[in-house]
Amino acid sequence: MLEKTTVIRNRAGIHARPAALIVQTAGKFKSKISLQKGDDCINAKSIMGIITLGAGFETEIRIIADGEDEAEAVEAIDRLFQNRFEED
Amino acid sequence: MDDKHFSVLDLIDLDLKEHDALELRCICGRKGLGREINSPDINRPGLALSGFFESFAYQRVQLIGRGEAAYLHLLASEGREDGVAKIFSFPIPCFIFANGEPPATMFAQAAEAADCPILLSELSSTELSSRLMRVLTNIFAPKTTVHGVLVEVYGIGILLTGESGVGKSETALELIERGHRLVADDVVEIRCVSGNILMGSGANKVIGHHMEIRGLGIINVTHLFGVGAIRDKKQVQLICSLEEWDSDKVYDRIGTDEKTMDILGVHVPQLDIPVKPGRNIPIIVETAAMNERLKKMGYHSAKEFNQNILRWLESESARAVYFGRDDSI
Repeated sequence: MLEKTTVIRNRAGIHARPAALIVQTAGKFKSKISLQKGDDCINAKSIMGIITLGAGFETEIRIIADGEDEAEAVEAIDRLFQNRFEED
Repeated sequence: MDDKHFSVLDLIDLDLKEHDALELRCICGRKGLGREINSPDINRPGLALSGFFESFAYQRVQLIGRGEAAYLHLLASEGREDGVAKIFSFPIPCFIFANGEPPATMFAQAAEAADCPILLSELSSTELSSRLMRVLTNIFAPKTTVHGVLVEVYGIGILLTGESGVGKSETALELIERGHRLVADDVVEIRCVSGNILMGSGANKVIGHHMEIRGLGIINVTHLFGVGAIRDKKQVQLICSLEEWDSDKVYDRIGTDEKTMDILGVHVPQLDIPVKPGRNIPIIVETAAMNERLKKMGYHSAKEFNQNILRWLESESARAVYFGRDDSI
């Protein structure tokens, strides 16, 4: 199991498009991947789940992956956050 | 208990309808609206108002009815304000005045000075206290969120669970199409109320009754299927766990073994339903719901069937005696 804490850098936060990006990326990996905001932890392969988190600008998000390709998974998801989901 | 803080402002903002509505509004002490409510209990502060503070449950919401309000007016008319000043030295979350009767001016002033919010409700104190208890107990009930879809099928709350992409949402869509109701898609928040009832609802009101269907994207179920196709909350009574057909796994063929899943300490009957092209899952779920209703009425199809078989075998062996199959007798 691997964890990494990251911060949302795009102004709009995680709305539908970033959520879709996360789900698409997470779907490529076999590991079980979840995102955690505060006490809420959801499956990163579920788009409605991610939107439900209601994660706005500068919210801290913990990426948790468990499985054979966990390192690559955390790395790939974190890169999306770093690149501001290709926004602003 | 909920780890998130629940403030007085959250209490006023709760979107409650009909028999749950509290009809609260804040009349003074607005600066204290951020005060936290930590306990689902309420207190009638009669003794504290008269100056007795031993075992005073100050951490609870303080409810003031007709009697306490009249006593406060008496104190005000006699100019006895010391006791009242002392009550505000406790970190009370808020006072709620029932019957729509605003507090005596000196009490309101003291509250304003102490930044202690005073709320007013038009409801009678008995009604208000039972509603408050119900609402607060729900808020402080243990809760968890699960990944799945909650639907109501023939009156039974069914939680469809399974891996991403196994077809939970598609199954739910077909069920809605067949006249059943969607409660929540993807993220279901479950609260354990009154010890043994699991109440499921959508985790987020803003998202409402939307669903994600592969290939279509996000759809609004209320707009597409009408308001009859949705429900805000429903008790979780059965779990249907959808999984890819695994030819090595043994699936239940009779239905006399009862598997359950533990959610917040409550055992919920669980069925493992294998998914394979050509298997019509919505119809299986519908049948499971009807079968569950039969069980609740005291009729267990599988057990009843087995009992009939046993009785038949018994009678066959009894008849054998008369038909002389056994020559020794």
